[in-house]
Amino acid sequence: MNAVEGGLAAKSAMRLLSGNHACALGAIAAGCRFFAGYPITPSSEIAERLSRSLPQVDGVFIQMEDEIASIAAVIGASMGGVKAMTATSGPGFSLKQENIGYAAGAEIPCVVINVMRGGPSTGMPTRPAQGDVMQARWGSHGDYPIIALAPASVREIYTETIRAFDLAERLRSPVVVLYDQVIAQLTETVELDEADDAGGAARAVRKWANGPREAYQPYAADEDGIPAMSRPGAGYRVHTTGLNHAENGFPTQDPEAVARNLGRLLAKFDGHRDAIDSWQALACEDAEVVIVAIGISARAAARAIDIARARGVRAGLFRPITLWPFPEKALREATMTARAVLVPELNAGQLSLEVERILGDRRMDAIHRFNGEPITPAEIAERAESLSRAVPAGEAG
Amino acid sequence: MKDTAMLDSAAEFDVRDYLRPEMMPHFLCPGCGHGIALRSLLWAVHELGIDKDQLAVVSGIGCAGRLSAYIDANTFHVTHGRPIAYATGLALARPDLHVVVITGDGDCLAIGGNHLIHACRRNLKLTCLMLNNEVYGMTGGQVSPTTSETRVTTTTPLGNAEPHFDACALAAAAGAGFVGREVTHHVPKLAELIKAGLEHPGFAFVEVLSDCTEIFGRKNEMGSSPEMMLRQKSDLRPSAYRDTVDTPFRSNDLPTGILARNERPEYGAAYRSGAAAARAVATKKAK
Repeated sequence: MNAVEGGLAAKSAMRLLSGNHACALGAIAAGCRFFAGYPITPSSEIAERLSRSLPQVDGVFIQMEDEIASIAAVIGASMGGVKAMTATSGPGFSLKQENIGYAAGAEIPCVVINVMRGGPSTGMPTRPAQGDVMQARWGSHGDYPIIALAPASVREIYTETIRAFDLAERLRSPVVVLYDQVIAQLTETVELDEADDAGGAARAVRKWANGPREAYQPYAADEDGIPAMSRPGAGYRVHTTGLNHAENGFPTQDPEAVARNLGRLLAKFDGHRDAIDSWQALACEDAEVVIVAIGISARAAARAIDIARARGVRAGLFRPITLWPFPEKALREATMTARAVLVPELNAGQLSLEVERILGDRRMDAIHRFNGEPITPAEIAERAESLSRAVPAGEAG
Repeated sequence: MKDTAMLDSAAEFDVRDYLRPEMMPHFLCPGCGHGIALRSLLWAVHELGIDKDQLAVVSGIGCAGRLSAYIDANTFHVTHGRPIAYATGLALARPDLHVVVITGDGDCLAIGGNHLIHACRRNLKLTCLMLNNEVYGMTGGQVSPTTSETRVTTTTPLGNAEPHFDACALAAAAGAGFVGREVTHHVPKLAELIKAGLEHPGFAFVEVLSDCTEIFGRKNEMGSSPEMMLRQKSDLRPSAYRDTVDTPFRSNDLPTGILARNERPEYGAAYRSGAAAARAVATKKAK
């Protein structure tokens, strides 16, 4: 270990943090220098933390007049070239959807933290739920690509918030980070590598236009499918619009130009799945029952595996860390040996719809809870056990 | 406010230097006042010598919202009602840019009304140009928050029964640092007003009374485009005797010129100086 490494190692420290606190630290580490938000339980601590820390790093915090203004200001700041984020919960996430669609269509990087609620409407603001699995993917009108990440621990909220900025900036897309009230407000002892912070500002670099203005087409993508963005003031003077546009950025209704440009947008993550996809497969190699879960439900499931295995049921856990686009290939691989699949989730059936779409030929069961109580490890283990008994070996499907 | 300052530069100002020729012909209807407002804005930009690379124009949805695409600058055509909110983020993140919002009466006062009043209160440096044509033109002529009482629109077939908003009174009451109104009939005065708004160090609200001849005027039998503009003139006579001269275009008494000035700290500068002070305290503690 040289002197520099020694210095960095000394900086690593065990800290007692809540999920929302870790999110704010992750944002600063990732180079976020603009936050606009509106108070909403259970995400407000993120705004409160950033209102103190952003001025310290020459960033800007602003509490806007409403949820829509918050996402609009975030997209506006990002158009100016600054890494930007907002944080909200279910009702606010609904209000932001039109503008999330704008960011997806105009390809403006931004990060949206959504500490999920149930619903409908105001729901139970202080109780855990995972009600926005589908809203995160399909919330805005029309067809658009989006990335959603689903961390399951305080430490992972930190690292996934950083990864959210990396993906947003590199792929020019809104990225949603979804987690539930339990891990948002749970405090855990975590070790953060503060070496991350030092490199934060330079971590993800947006692809900026640098050629002559005459040759620049704001939506003409390179081979990687991602067009270079131009920074206001750099001399490119381009037009950005939510209307369907051609490579030159101007609105068009030419069917070929629309099909070509929207088609490129919809496929733009295809060549980047290695960077986007992330998952955890736990004890899936020999599993007869694979549990698919996110967030606090996945943590209960991880414990349930031990309980089930102690009772002779070979259970495993597949946890999508990247929820959208869904790591479909990894799920298929993790369930190779599984006779049945179990999806515990804190809603009336959202993640299970996607799992069913991918593994439609497999026997499936789900625990759908929407009463504000988390699902316990014992409940999951018990259901895995009965599922295993219901589908004996040799009777898969 | 004197007209002559602007008239002096009329000869050397060429609006084409500030437009995107590839976007022509524009899609505004014959007789629409919005082109006059656009020209006045660009004339004011020219007068102030604002570099096009440093000019950012954020517009919403509707006829007014489409104007940004014609300007050779950094232009952002955003969602309905939200240009002020987008511009707030852009101006806070990039205080080096001149950020101008172009919005309409529906975009600014109906769906985006909340953003307007809070922008007035906050006083971040932005110039908000609201083109008031009394109607939702793009969607075919529905009633707006500024439609004069009794006017016929596609959604007020019996005549508008709602009172209209006085946008300038609203902006002034919400604390805007600079509030003004002008008509498209008086181009040098309009350009001069926009210029004063652009120079204002905080949030400036400029309302332009702009005629919608095709969608609004025709349905209300208000005559041709020149006739509608002449009505603007009669409408601006002092209210004590204006109604005695001829039929006023607007039934509302809307004063023009600079209507309110309110010198307050500019939000962005105040935020940055507060942040710098906080950083200084933190650095001192660390030592």
